[in-house]
Amino acid sequence: MKIVACIKQVPDTTDVRIDPETRTLVREGVESITNPFDEYAVEEALLAKEKYGGEVHVITMGPPQAVEVLKNALAVGADHVYLLSDKAFAGSDTWATAYTLAHAIKQIGHVDLVICGKQAIDGDTAQVGPGVATQLGIPQLTYVSKVREIDLENKRIVVERMLEDGKEIAESSLPALLTVVKDINEPRLPSLLGIKKAAKAEIPTLTAPDLAVDGSKCGLRGSPTEVVRVFTPEPRGGGEVLEGELNETIPLLTEKLMEAKVIK
Amino acid sequence: MARFLIDEEACTACGACVDECPYGALEMKGDVVTVNEKCTFCGACIDVCPVEALSLEKEEKEAEGVDISEYEDVWVFIEHKGGKIANVSLELLGEGKKLANALGSKLCGMLMGDGVDHCAQEAIKYGADIVYLTESPVLNEYRTDSYAAGAIHLIKKFKPDIVIFGATTQGRDFAGTVATTIYTGLTADCTGLDIDPETKLLRQTRPAFGGNIMATILCQRHRPQMATVRPKVFAMPERDDSRTGEIIREQLPMSEDQVRTKILDFAQVAETVNLVDAEIIVSGGRGLGGSENFAIIRELAELLGGAVGASRAAVDAGWIPYEHQVGQTGRTVRPKIYIACGISGSIQHQAGMKTSDIIVAINKDPEAPIFKIATYGIVADLFQAVPMLTQEFKKRLGK
Repeated sequence: MKIVACIKQVPDTTDVRIDPETRTLVREGVESITNPFDEYAVEEALLAKEKYGGEVHVITMGPPQAVEVLKNALAVGADHVYLLSDKAFAGSDTWATAYTLAHAIKQIGHVDLVICGKQAIDGDTAQVGPGVATQLGIPQLTYVSKVREIDLENKRIVVERMLEDGKEIAESSLPALLTVVKDINEPRLPSLLGIKKAAKAEIPTLTAPDLAVDGSKCGLRGSPTEVVRVFTPEPRGGGEVLEGELNETIPLLTEKLMEAKVIK
Repeated sequence: MARFLIDEEACTACGACVDECPYGALEMKGDVVTVNEKCTFCGACIDVCPVEALSLEKEEKEAEGVDISEYEDVWVFIEHKGGKIANVSLELLGEGKKLANALGSKLCGMLMGDGVDHCAQEAIKYGADIVYLTESPVLNEYRTDSYAAGAIHLIKKFKPDIVIFGATTQGRDFAGTVATTIYTGLTADCTGLDIDPETKLLRQTRPAFGGNIMATILCQRHRPQMATVRPKVFAMPERDDSRTGEIIREQLPMSEDQVRTKILDFAQVAETVNLVDAEIIVSGGRGLGGSENFAIIRELAELLGGAVGASRAAVDAGWIPYEHQVGQTGRTVRPKIYIACGISGSIQHQAGMKTSDIIVAINKDPEAPIFKIATYGIVADLFQAVPMLTQEFKKRLGK
């Protein structure tokens, strides 16, 4: 089977700090990483390949330096990787991103399964996966915590979805798009050989003309939404540390919490 | 394609824009700023430039779009489960009313299901003037295909100016499908919505980078303007039993055999209260040291009628299932009271809980970052403090 995983390069927000003086993001030394949820997507694609045969394609859209996340995907065992990069893609919102990714997936052709992370940790929208499924005209199964069964002959898939109040077992026809949560697997580490191979690999770049996209639907121009203002929120003020022995502080804390009138 | 313009004459190389840029796309080269390929045209730098040397050229933005004057009214998607409207939908009716008043338009509910007439009446009591209702056995259970088909039909026919959804798994699952099909903007997880008094556009403000920055987003040339909003962001409105309204019924343009997914089963989680709806959450972290020690967390949570949360460290150690994880790679929660026990409070954990009304931190390390955001902190061994807290509440509550 042919599986495509869509991944994104994001800043490692562990290192993002607010400068208390200027109240701006301190980005010095902020590493770029593969969006954590997308590592589960790549791993799930590799697991499906190992179980059912086939090939794993990994795509990302981003600036030239986003090749790094594709090298990571190669190092863990992806068969083919593609960077979608063009100045025309810059400033894409979720609509334009999904449009562009869907074109690349169509170009790969005859895809049985598309897997995305449930959301990226920088934007946190969870909208690109459903957008890609809709652009491709295939069903989507979001928040997947387990793939139970893939039946290639009858073209169907059964998964578990993690909802607010429980697990839903859902079945869909194939091809389909999944968005996956963290619990689904344990991403493997790359092998030494894999890292060496990836370091040497030439990564193909697909531009707007390569993908035959409609330029009016890409990048900032094709994006229905636009960011008009970015600002740092008021930092949450540190509160009070209750000083003293526990036999004093615990009743005091209880009193303060009872005042909120939530505890009945 | 957009272009980012730098007026090199005007630039004083003050560096304000370099500090502001969330993407590291600006660099100072000599006595002038330069932009690299990381620029996403977000415009953050433009506001901070003291000499107005930076601008964005968006002349081709008009390429696509619709006649926005045809679109009116504010719609709220009415999510329901077990015959009851989700709290987030009621909260959105309250907020939607303010938007509708600011626009001088109507507030409408968009309701789909099977045998949900009473939910339509309920939505009216909570402020809807009109409820657009599509009922069909195909809509008995939520599935992306059927709900999206129903919503797309209603939106195309009645042309709302604004549609807002709860940012639940359901709302996030199909709002994206609807917006993609209609070719309009969708802004996820808004924490602020208001109407620009001059342009009448919906200003949608949302956090990004785990809440470290906020962005205000507009959808200028496409309609409807669509947004999702997390539960508990807006206050629950008062129910008014005297309110009346209109129900407009529409057929679902989809039959069962056109729906590509089937729900085979549903397994309710064991814990009684789910994290997203919980008013009180008691969370445990690395400081617990083992799965058996979650018992003291559960005891307190149960006593307070709250839910049990956990840090990533506790989940990764296998002490508690992933469903309980709060934080960037877990759930985002917004309870009235969040009690963090033995949790240091990494940036990732904070991203999932720092908008809680009251945060209590119990940790033996006085340097733990959680104390920087805690409303009340107690520096102590949690194995002493948490059982004492439970005892004290038992006394207070007479249990």
